[in-house]
Amino acid sequence: MFKIISNDNISENLHKMVVLAPRIARSRKPGQFVIVRLTEGEERIPLTISDADPEAGTITLFVQAAGASTRNIVSTEAGGSIRDVAGPLGNPSRIIFWGRVICVGGGVGTAVLLPLARALREAGNDVTTIIGARSSRHIILSDELKRISNALIVTTEDGSLGTKGFVTTPLANLLADPEHVPQAVFAVGPVPMMKAIAEMTRIKAIETIASLNPIMIDGTGMCGGCRVMIGEEIRFACVDGPEFNAHLVDFDGLSDRMSSYRAEETLNFKAAECKIGLTTKPCVKS
Amino acid sequence: MRKIITPQERMAIKRVVMPQLAAEVRTRNFEEVNCGLSSNQAFTEANRCLQCKNRPCVPGCPVGVSIPEFICALASDDVPRSAQILQQDNPLASVCGRVCPQETQCERLCARGKKGESVAIGYLERYVADWAMCHQEKLLPDQASGTTGKSVVVVGSGPAGLTAAGGLVRLGHTVTIFEALHDTGGVLRYGIPEFRLPKKIIDHEVALLVSLGVTIECNVIIGKTLTIAELRNQFDAIFIANGAGLPVMLKIPGENLKGVYAANEFLTRVNLMEAGRSNNSSTPIIKRREVAVIGGGNTAIDCVRTARRLGAEHAMIVYRRSEAEIPARTEEIRHAMEEGVEFVMLTAPIEILATKDGWVSALRCRKMELGSPDDSGRRRPQAVNGSDFEQPAGIVINAIGTGANPLLTATAPDITLNDQGNIRVNSNGETSISGVFAGGDIVRGGATVILAMGDGKRAAVTIDEYLGQHPHT
Ligand code: FES
Repeated sequence: MFKIISNDNISENLHKMVVLAPRIARSRKPGQFVIVRLTEGEERIPLTISDADPEAGTITLFVQAAGASTRNIVSTEAGGSIRDVAGPLGNPSRIIFWGRVICVGGGVGTAVLLPLARALREAGNDVTTIIGARSSRHIILSDELKRISNALIVTTEDGSLGTKGFVTTPLANLLADPEHVPQAVFAVGPVPMMKAIAEMTRIKAIETIASLNPIMIDGTGMCGGCRVMIGEEIRFACVDGPEFNAHLVDFDGLSDRMSSYRAEETLNFKAAECKIGLTTKPCVKS
Repeated sequence: MRKIITPQERMAIKRVVMPQLAAEVRTRNFEEVNCGLSSNQAFTEANRCLQCKNRPCVPGCPVGVSIPEFICALASDDVPRSAQILQQDNPLASVCGRVCPQETQCERLCARGKKGESVAIGYLERYVADWAMCHQEKLLPDQASGTTGKSVVVVGSGPAGLTAAGGLVRLGHTVTIFEALHDTGGVLRYGIPEFRLPKKIIDHEVALLVSLGVTIECNVIIGKTLTIAELRNQFDAIFIANGAGLPVMLKIPGENLKGVYAANEFLTRVNLMEAGRSNNSSTPIIKRREVAVIGGGNTAIDCVRTARRLGAEHAMIVYRRSEAEIPARTEEIRHAMEEGVEFVMLTAPIEILATKDGWVSALRCRKMELGSPDDSGRRRPQAVNGSDFEQPAGIVINAIGTGANPLLTATAPDITLNDQGNIRVNSNGETSISGVFAGGDIVRGGATVILAMGDGKRAAVTIDEYLGQHPHT
């Protein structure tokens, strides 16, 4: 049992949760994740560790209620507990001094970006961070990222905050500007965003690293469910990743595999919302 | 009292037939197929044993169970004594009685098998172990023998780990097991389906260890949560039994389509996460009418029978050799056939075809014929030119095998590995680091439950010796 120390709703469907997990807090490095299972019968959900306090023995997780299981996790209040938290899994981010780097975060991927951007800055890099979301309500962690980045650019699709449009527009401007062109780009977010960024940097031959979040079960290399094509090779995101050279990632294959359970997930999500009273519409779980 | 029987009568008894659930019933549920022998059946079968003085069957058992002795006690109607003998030699007898390939081990060497059918040693083992499970009060209390003050950590709670832990705690050591998954049992729970090995058996064995004082902690991944170096500081000895892992890929086009599973993923979803079987499970599983499982081992058979139970009308095994070479247990194959599983033999998959939305639609296959024997002594399959055909399938499951998992070994560079990435051990089961022992699949590659248990049993003894020789400093 892993105690939930705090649980704050920081934007629509997104919660910041601090969980007591002393061993993980001690051994985790930026870029690693945990697999969480709320109770008996629940799914195993991979979640990036955003931060850790080895002294207090806590880890910080950002959880977006995107499916039934994540919905149930975020509705567990502080003082409650999570049955299983296993980790830290995956390889730590490779943090080196590049010079100038751009970190791009889309949606909840921004939470994954936070420890990465912080570590890059601590390694002496000049960090420009670009974050984007549908609207101002979905922009997260902008204060924290502003603090740790040399510059922060915010975009929203509806223009309610920062520049109107997608993260790719300011990125294109920076890439075109010889004064700002980076030595490396880091991308974490929806697959189409990461794919678009990889295309933009490929032609300029700028090293680009994407953090992938495919379907996972065990997170230890045992099931093969998290496999993705990297160049000509099948790699397992949980043990070989989660970060890969974005220019080699088969993003189309990845997003296709991630849609394997879409039908089931929608049904379960509705059922979970119904169970916790978020919707008054009758719902049936198949 | 039952009556004494004459040698002629003994020879005339026919081998018992295991009562089993009817195929039409069991393909709709996950109930155990073999129902177990009645006490009369077990008693009669035990009386088929000739009590050979030279015990030909015993060398066939990887853990050296005193087979004639436990059967003799059973034949003389002393089940408690039989149970005591069996449990002393095999702490997981209820598991072995269900999943061991007796037909290639002890039963193959049985004198009665030379002219006729061998004694059903496996069925008797299961009978006695199950009896013991329900009649603990009639057995001498099982307990840890005081304390030596030495602590041992066991990595993995699969068959090797559980067996070693049982042996070590009974020798008086303090034992902690770390398990990477959220539940115990390793492959016994995530791999072997309940229709072969019900979870309550694993739960019972685990509860027994806990009652003896073994500490089990789940969700601890050695190599990630804690390293071998940290364990060496905290414990007097280590036994690594973290299993195999890493599915071997088919390396054919279409392997990443939606609807293609590695056996471990498919089985873990259904067995460990209860996908597709329990309404309480929120883990999804894809179900289709046509399911093709590639491979011929027990894992392949487990997958195909599971697919059948999840509703597949055409659940098939696609295997590149013939019936004669198939490595799965005879009983599993017979059960699968009774359940309507189709066997597409001498067939190799060459491509997985897709619908326009990226779902599996068919398996493109090539017919094979058998040529001369290869290194394994089995005849090598060779492609038959122009024999390609398409086998419709909505799900393809890759059950061709697993390789070594580098998760633990990558963070323990002083542990010497072989070319396949498996841990190298000496004849004592000790790795290149003193005090660190290893066994089971991480040493052997994909092997059987009983071989893993044999390693665990031996490790308990060698670790005990090691701890005696190396006083704690
Ligand atoms: S999640 Fe199972 S192998 Fe990566």
